[in-house]
Amino acid sequence: MEIISKIILPILVVIIVFYGVKKKINVYDAFLEGAKEGLVTTFNIFPAVIAMIFAINIFLDSNVLGFVVNLLNPLIGNISLPLEIIPMAVLRPISGTASLAIMNDIFMNFGPDSFVGRLASILQGCTDTTIYVIALYFGTVKITKIKHALWGGLFADLVGIITAIILTNLFF
Amino acid sequence: MVGYIWAFLIGVGIIYSLITGNINIINESILTNANEALDLILNLLPIIVLWTGILKIAEVSGLLDKFAKLLSPLLYKLFPDVPKDNKALGYISSNIAANMLGLGSAATPAGLKAMNELQKINPKKDTASSPMVTFLILNTAGVTLIPTTILALRVAYKSASPSEIILPAIIATACSSIAGLTLDYFIRKKQKRWK
Repeated sequence: MEIISKIILPILVVIIVFYGVKKKINVYDAFLEGAKEGLVTTFNIFPAVIAMIFAINIFLDSNVLGFVVNLLNPLIGNISLPLEIIPMAVLRPISGTASLAIMNDIFMNFGPDSFVGRLASILQGCTDTTIYVIALYFGTVKITKIKHALWGGLFADLVGIITAIILTNLFF
Repeated sequence: MVGYIWAFLIGVGIIYSLITGNINIINESILTNANEALDLILNLLPIIVLWTGILKIAEVSGLLDKFAKLLSPLLYKLFPDVPKDNKALGYISSNIAANMLGLGSAATPAGLKAMNELQKINPKKDTASSPMVTFLILNTAGVTLIPTTILALRVAYKSASPSEIILPAIIATACSSIAGLTLDYFIRKKQKRWK
């Protein structure tokens, strides 16, 4: 299984580069142009990253999460998951940067190869900023009655989260 | 929306630590926070720049369009209410193809154009049409083959195998997409029966 994960990237690179060569485009210039765009994009998200790391760290460092989990303990029993995964799952549909900031925190404290590190990686990869996308896409065409788009999307995310937990147990 | 959540996180964090007497931790957190953000960006930068460079080749050579065309038979099935020659289907497939490759900046413009085209054939202008809902459920399930930012951070934190999460992430995405689309299919069927 692991081999499939490892060959996807090299195969894509080889297909993309050789298709470009076959179509006789200047692949090197195209690469540089795209790389420059990537540089600009990354610097453009820097303010958002600062803002989100700032808020998330205050929230996590205050340990208010431990308090909430203690309150919920009689209801849901003892969960063996590190707590950070909960706000990550809650914030993922709203802000990609916020969930990225929490994933960064999880990697820092537990490492990317820990159970929660892998779960966070899969979680970040298998869902999208559902609420944000729905607001943006319907907003641009001025639609106010969105039928089941929101809860349909959130239902899909929930299935993604559950699958992510099962797969993390299964794969590693 | 994001503004309220941002303020909520800061407010709750600071007030809770005032109550519990942990304010010195927060003080330290505020002072070191911005450096952490810079580290995060610097960790992300190299792989994002590399990958957007590679993907630009796919865009210029027309490979991205070709990939999008491969998706169209599937789209005819998913969007039976949209005429086959409608521009919307082209934009939807570009949107999905770009999302799959982790090219968010190319995905959004195509997605918004698709919404505009769908709005043109929408009989009720303030209400979402069935194809719009299907498109958004498909889009927000977030099918990604190469999760660049995640790989970048895994490399930065010295993972023994940064790409090991790619396959499970693809499987999880597929499950969530199928679940979302199935739900949508049954709801559409039910709505048609009511009419």
